[in-house]
Formats: sequence, structure tokens, C-alpha cells
Amino acid sequence: MSGFWETLFTLGNKLTAHIVLAASAIGLGILVALPLAVWAARSQAVARIALGFASLVQTIPALALLALFFPVLLSLRAVFGEELPTLGFLPALLALALYALLPILRNAVTAQANLDPGVLEAADGVGMTGWQKLTLVEAPLSAPFIMAGIRTASVWTIGAATLSTTIGQPSLGDPIFAGLQTQNWVLVLAGCFASAGLAMVADALLGLIERGLAKRSRWQWGGGLATVAIGLTFALSAQFGDDNEDTIVIGSKQFSESIILAQLIGQQLEKEGFAVEYRTGLGSAILHGAVASSSIDISVDYTGTVWTNELKRSDNPGRDEMFRQIVEWERENTGTRVLGRLGFENAYAFAMRRDRAAELNVTSLEDLAAVAPRLAVGGDPEFFERPEWIAVRDAYGMRFRETRNFSPTFMFNALEAREADAISAYSSDGRLAADTYILLDDPREALPSYDAMLMLSPELAKNEAAVAALEPLIGAISVEVMQEANYSVDREDDRKVMPETAARRLAETIGL
Amino acid sequence: MGDTNSDAETLLHFEAVERRYGARGEVIAVGGVTCRIARGSFVALVGASGSGKSTLLKMVNTLVEPSAGRVLFGGKDVTELKPSTLRRRVGYVFQGIGLFPHFRVGENIAIGPRLAGETLSPERIAELLTLVELEPEMADRMPDELSGGQRQRVGVARALAGDPELLLMDEPFGALDPITRDALGERVRELHEEFGLTTIMVTHDMAEALLLADRVLVMDAGRLVADERPSALLAGKGGAIAQRLVAVPRDQAEKLAALEQRIARKTHASSPSSGEGAAS
Repeated sequence: MSGFWETLFTLGNKLTAHIVLAASAIGLGILVALPLAVWAARSQAVARIALGFASLVQTIPALALLALFFPVLLSLRAVFGEELPTLGFLPALLALALYALLPILRNAVTAQANLDPGVLEAADGVGMTGWQKLTLVEAPLSAPFIMAGIRTASVWTIGAATLSTTIGQPSLGDPIFAGLQTQNWVLVLAGCFASAGLAMVADALLGLIERGLAKRSRWQWGGGLATVAIGLTFALSAQFGDDNEDTIVIGSKQFSESIILAQLIGQQLEKEGFAVEYRTGLGSAILHGAVASSSIDISVDYTGTVWTNELKRSDNPGRDEMFRQIVEWERENTGTRVLGRLGFENAYAFAMRRDRAAELNVTSLEDLAAVAPRLAVGGDPEFFERPEWIAVRDAYGMRFRETRNFSPTFMFNALEAREADAISAYSSDGRLAADTYILLDDPREALPSYDAMLMLSPELAKNEAAVAALEPLIGAISVEVMQEANYSVDREDDRKVMPETAARRLAETIGL
Repeated sequence: MGDTNSDAETLLHFEAVERRYGARGEVIAVGGVTCRIARGSFVALVGASGSGKSTLLKMVNTLVEPSAGRVLFGGKDVTELKPSTLRRRVGYVFQGIGLFPHFRVGENIAIGPRLAGETLSPERIAELLTLVELEPEMADRMPDELSGGQRQRVGVARALAGDPELLLMDEPFGALDPITRDALGERVRELHEEFGLTTIMVTHDMAEALLLADRVLVMDAGRLVADERPSALLAGKGGAIAQRLVAVPRDQAEKLAALEQRIARKTHASSPSSGEGAAS
């Protein structure tokens, strides 16, 4: 675990972003839950509906809830205009606040239902108005229980906030996701450690406030509250103190190549004096939408991905024609500027162990289809939903005994462990450089081409200096160079390097 | 107490007061009560559980609103008075006591004036505590450090803190042990005299009513069925329902007396006869 503490100390930025996000979400949750609880205590119907809704939200996996806010906010642009952010802080805040609602609401409603009826009658009997009764009697007597709910919500929210990385909001999820993709376990561990530590500190402080309220010790709950306030102020000032409007945001998807290319682009821009920031671990559709809406300035996308996901096309007009049509479509429909192709393809392909392929006498997808009913095939979580798989399946009549999902990073491990006989692979994958594996031919041309393209947001496209800085990247990266860079990050021996290092070496190789 | 029907002395006037519950008002809690309460009287409202006596009482300080009829307090309809003003002039003591557990005893006592924007001085709080026979030092305690009897004494002190004209008590001593109950009952009667209060006490205990009140109203199924002085009730007036309630403590007293006699006779028979000559 060498470098664990050093890595941990580089997470300051992510930590403050995490604190600001989680605290805002809990704050919003409290703002919504408390009035709702007061109302629910006075109306059975409201109590049923509010608690039912909050429980329903709780059954949605946090990751899905976060992702769902992208289309929701996108459709709300019709009402609030194009300025409404669809990625990053806003959707993360809304999803996490919804998540925080249930424990606060439930505890507040329960606390009010359990108030001594004699005390409430006395409140009326001495002449309190509804508001006085709420503030002088109900609120202080419910406070310890409500605090317990806020405490539960905080621990949940701090944990779930790591997932906001996937919708482009910086958090302690960034090192976890990045580390998972590049098999950098120190990074994963540092992210987990920081997130868990934050949750424990928050739990302890809120617990102090809760006990202080229960014992009516002003010193105790005041002290806890003051500490929380100091922590938040610190995080806020750290987060917004050095905010820079001109920072160029570079997005990347959830695999090593994407992260390396983002670093390469970032280093190139920094060399020209631009400030950059990274958003890593984004899904394809989200990243594409983020660039179109200028929430993210630069991404590397692939012709085949955009062709099927965005243009909704399933035909295959050939490599160059596909690129040409995409450039035109983006210009007309999203305003995204496709600066050009980087020079290599990262196409979907099928890979097998060389010995297993020889044993089954398979060299092409046609051969594979013949023996498929006896075999298991592995793919990344989105693969079996993709049109590429459906095209291959239909073109070759492919029927496997079993289809299994693996994270892209573990795909080759699955092949090695014989968990799968064939896997979906990417043609630029570094591990294919080794002699151990073969890529299967596609004689019926079912798989479309996947040229890497540099995509610029409509905002950044206007920045001529940035465009000029990026132009040397166009056509500069061959598939061999990319494979080598990918391998240097994906390999598991002591020559494994961080994506930053791989990007620097790549830049040297291509002479930037 | 004199003429209870004279307008000049009437503090409280129930005018055909009704209270119904249920979607179509099919459950009758109070079914048309008309009655005047004279200033300075100590009235006991007696009846079995569910007879409507608590509901009638709560319509005075608008904790319950009448479905029909009016309650006039000093000639004004109580529902038209501001609840905070009304409840300052009307002290309320009830079985649940309802001390605010997060307030000190002193803060509990001072709550009524505080709601009206006044601060009760520590001396006044000490005085009120003394009135209900508690140590002034208790002002700094929390309610959960007190016994049940002490808590109800604080409840009485809280009801008196706003210098009320009318004291409403709903089964005030119901949860207390008999000794505390007797002592507190006596004390409340003394305070009633001392401050010239008008007091209405709801109770299901006819003995308590007969011993403390100077007028007893008997309720049954939401209606007033008797309105008598204790002496008249003991003399057999007020009708069958009232007399059934009077019969309970009377029978108990007679049985106790008989028991005492039996014990006395037994003691007398078995005692040595040496003193007999001297006594006769």
C-alpha cells in the first residue's frame, strides 16, 4: 500500500466537493421533510402519501436515481430554458436530497405521533396558538428524534454521494471509479477511506447534537452544531475560493483509454496555459449530452457509439462516410464540433484465448457461431443491450449457452479464469498486443467502425486558442501507440503506471 | 351563593349547548345543556364515564367547539374571544397534568403570562409554589424529578398564574393516591375562597363533589339530570340517577360504620372486665 497516505492527501478537492454536495442535499432534504412532517402530523392522507413516496424513492437504486435526473432535467429545459444544468451538481443534489427525505420524514412523523397527548392538551389549555405550540412544544420535544433521522440520512447521503461521479459531479467517488477502471487499488482504497471517514465524523458530530438535544444540554448540541458549521464553512470556502470560470472541463468514460486520452488532452491544454478539470467515469449517453449542453467542454467519442446511440442508425455506410455524416449531424442537431479523428479505432470485437480458439478451431465469428451453443460469452454491462451485439447475433445466428456481464477491466481476467470462452473486446485494448489472445474476424461486416473523435462543446468551439492547441492531436495516434498506452495502465505487474504518466509517455511518442 | 338565575351574578351561561360527533352528527356527547354558573360558586359536574361532562367543560375554554348553542363567559360568546385571551382568564387543570417536560417547574408555571408577553417574577413563582404547598426551590427542577402529587400541585399553580376568574378542573385528582387527593382537594377549596374564584370541577366521584362543592350538576347521556346543593342531594333530592351516584359513597360509609361497630363490639366483648365497674 505504498503511496496510500500521499494519495489520500491529494483528495482534498474531492473531499470538499463531497462535503458541499452531501451537506446541500441533506439541507434540502431537511427543508422539504420538516414542513411535510408537520403537515403529515395533521393529516393522515398526507402522512400516507408522503411516507409512501419517500419509501418508493428508497427502493430505486441510488445509481439509477442519479442517472434518471439527466433526462428529467433535460425535459425541464423546455420550462426553465437552455441554461438549466443537466449534469453535475444540480441532478446530484436533487437525487441525494430525495434519498435523504425518508429517514428525516419518518422520524419526524413518528416523533410527533408519539408526543404525550396530555402535553398537547396543556399547550392548548394555556392558550398557545398553533404556531406557538409547534415551536415551543412540538419542535423541541421532537428534536432528538428528528436529529436521529438527520443522522441516518447523513450517513446514507455521504455514502451515496460517491455515485454522483457517474453524472459528472466531482466527489470522493472520482478516485474510487478511476481506481476501479485502472485497477489502481490504492486510489480506490483512499477514496473509500476518505468517504467512510467523513461519514463517521458526521455521524459522531450529529450524534453529539442528538444527545445534547435529548439531555437538553445547550453546551453539547451547540458545540456539535458549531463544529459542523465550521467544517461546512471550511469546505465551502475551499470549494468556491478558487473557482475559475475559464477552466476547461474534460470528460471521460469508464475505461482506461478514455481516462488516458482525457489526461493527454488536459496536458496539451495546460502546456498552452489553459486551466483544466476532469470529470471521469461518465456513461456514453450522459457524456454526449454533457458536451452538447456545454456542461463538459471536451470528450473523446467513437463514431460507432454516436452512430447508433445518437443518430439511431443501424446501417453501416462504411468508415469514412459514417464519420462525415456524424460531423454534419452534430453540427446541425447539437452544435457540438467534431474537431477530427485521432487516428485509431477502438471497435467492438470478439476475443478468445489463443489456445481455446485453436482447440475449438475458431478464427472468425462464423466459426464461433457454430460452437456457440456450448460456450459462455462475456460482455461489459451495456454490451448485450447494444445494437452491435444484436447485429452480430442476427448476422451470424449467434446463440450462446450463457451470456455474462463483467466490468470492462475484468473482462480479460474472466477469459483467463475460463469464466467465459469469448468476450467482447475493444480493438485498441492493450492486452491484445500480447500473444495470448486472438481477435476474431468479422467476414459479414456486422460490427461498425469505431473511430475515436475529438468532440468540442459549442462553447469551447468558439475558443480559437483552445482549438489551435488541440489540432496537433488530430490523426496523431495510431492503434499500436494507443494499445501500448492502454496496456501500461491496465497491466498488473510493477510496470503498471498511472493514466497521467501513460498520457505523458504517449505525448512524447507522438511528438507533441 | 344565593340566586343562581340572576343575570348580575352569572359568570358563565350555557345556552342550549350541543356537541355531536360523527359524519352525520349521530353521536351525541352533549345534547342541549342550559345552565347558569354564578360568580364565586364552586360547582361539581358529576356523571358516569361518557356522560358528556368533560366535553361540556372543554366547550368553556374552546378546546371543543359547540355544534349548536352558545357558551357565554361574562356575557360574551367564548368562540368569539381570542383563545389566548380567553385561556388567560380561565385556568385549566386536568388529569393528564401536561407539564411541559422540557421546561423547568418555574417556566411551566410562567408559561401563560409568557404567552401574553409578560414575565413572571421569581418572587411570584415562589409565591404560587407556596400557595400549592411546594418549596419555592422547586422552581428550578425539571418535571420528571417530581412525584405525581407534586406535579399536579404545579399544574394548579400554573392554572392560577394568570390570575384567572374561572378555574376549570377535569378529573384533577383522578390519578393521585387518596391521601394526596384529599389534601390537594382541600387546598384547592381554600384557594377558591381566598381568590374569590369561580370553579367548575368535573369528577366521577360523588363523595369528592359533595364534600368540596356548593352546587352539584349531574349529567347523564349528554343531559343535565340534576342541579342541587350537596345538602339537598344527601336529603334524597335530584332524581334516581343522582341518587344512584349518592348511594355509592353513602353505602360505603354505612358499611365502614357497621364494620367499625362490629370491631368495637368484638373488642369490647373480649376485653378484660376490670374497667367495667369504674365505667358504669
